[in-house]
Amino acid sequence: MDALLPIFLPVVVLGGLGTVFGAVLGVAAKKFAVDKDEREEQILGILPGANCGGCGFPGCSGFAAAVVSGEATTNGCAVGGSEVTALVAGIMGVEPEDAERHVAFVRCSGGARSNRKYDYVGLDDCFSALNAIGGGPLTCRFGCLGLGSCTRVCQFGALSLVNGVAKVNREKCVGCMQCVATCPKRLITKLPYSSETRVGCNSHARGAAVRKLCEAGCIGCGICVKNCPNDAIRVEDNLAIIDPAKCHNCGICVEKCPRHIIESVVSVRAEAKV
Amino acid sequence: MSITSIFSIALGAILVENFVLVQFLGICPFLGVSKKQDTAIGMGLAVTFVMGIASLVCWLVNYYVLVPLNMEFMQTVAYILIIAALVQFIEMFLQKSMPGLYLALGIYLPLITTNCAVLGVVLLNTQKNYNLLESTVYGITGGLGFLLAIVLFASVRERLDASAEYPKAFDGFPVALVSAGLLSLAFMGFSGLKVW
Repeated sequence: MDALLPIFLPVVVLGGLGTVFGAVLGVAAKKFAVDKDEREEQILGILPGANCGGCGFPGCSGFAAAVVSGEATTNGCAVGGSEVTALVAGIMGVEPEDAERHVAFVRCSGGARSNRKYDYVGLDDCFSALNAIGGGPLTCRFGCLGLGSCTRVCQFGALSLVNGVAKVNREKCVGCMQCVATCPKRLITKLPYSSETRVGCNSHARGAAVRKLCEAGCIGCGICVKNCPNDAIRVEDNLAIIDPAKCHNCGICVEKCPRHIIESVVSVRAEAKV
Repeated sequence: MSITSIFSIALGAILVENFVLVQFLGICPFLGVSKKQDTAIGMGLAVTFVMGIASLVCWLVNYYVLVPLNMEFMQTVAYILIIAALVQFIEMFLQKSMPGLYLALGIYLPLITTNCAVLGVVLLNTQKNYNLLESTVYGITGGLGFLLAIVLFASVRERLDASAEYPKAFDGFPVALVSAGLLSLAFMGFSGLKVW
């Protein structure tokens, strides 16, 4: 019997330890059980699961919890769009709120057309470039540095660098607005998807100064304002601004702009076809 | 048991015998979760937390159960069991009573169950004959050493990502391993550091 003890004792002791731990865990699972609303799980199942944080909550589970607790509206998920909104509203038993689709837009068309103070050699990162001598290589302090910090935060591959300036692919953009928060120059804005005519400049510098700094800068000449049939454009602080609510996307301003910085999705499409 | 010896243990665990960079324990999360500083900090804190508590509990089980029964040879098995159960328990406990901490550590906690740094620290505690206080201090400071290493490494990797000036063939893990090796070499400089 003594010879067998070293074999049986470990079995008993480890088995005992295991049983004790199992019992403790079992009790703990009951005691610490967190009451979760069933709807939370259901909503989480419908959400895209990108965990992009575009809704303003930590991940999809955070949004699901917020909807159930009433902190968020059913249309909060920009990625899922109207389909997910309808499903979430169905689970919550309420009418879906209409959500206008928004996409990001980079308010700069400088890139290769803008002047540089010097050749920047350093990290491929807009924050680093901004900390370089003179606030980065661009002569225009409003413009896109073109190092693509925004392209790296986009989880949907909607941003890319075209001719040294970040461009948003409207079809891929889901409006999570991660890039808006990332751009150190605060160049990227949220625009309604229906707004197809946009001013590709963010410079508030005076016209004469802009002419020296960048070939693709708004000089605030007001030609677009005069030609707009719908009074949708105004010049504020030396920069043309289009009101998406009034704009009919007629494209007259796109043709008239002497600096060729107002861009229209329609004209881009026409070019692409040719 | 003086303050000096506690400080000596802490210094040893954080710098001289850094778990990742000198003892090469816990390499898996060190390489896996070090792409971004945010996740690295989360992982490091979770490891610190679990290592501290595991050291404490394992010491108690070793001292009051295994040693009296002459079963020291089953330490490894018993410790694995304890760590696995402990991590599960902590996860449940945090979810109920500290949702904030649970959200911060949430994803990383279950990952740590199989982290060899945690098993390593409790085995080393036994090997070095540390008492309860020393074990706990060694566990927590060992975790802090892990936190230091993984945060340093994550910042190195973030910079590497931003300026890729290495041969294309090294892209991804190879360059991460090379930089981990260099970081480890840097920590060799601490060897020999002692507190009297």
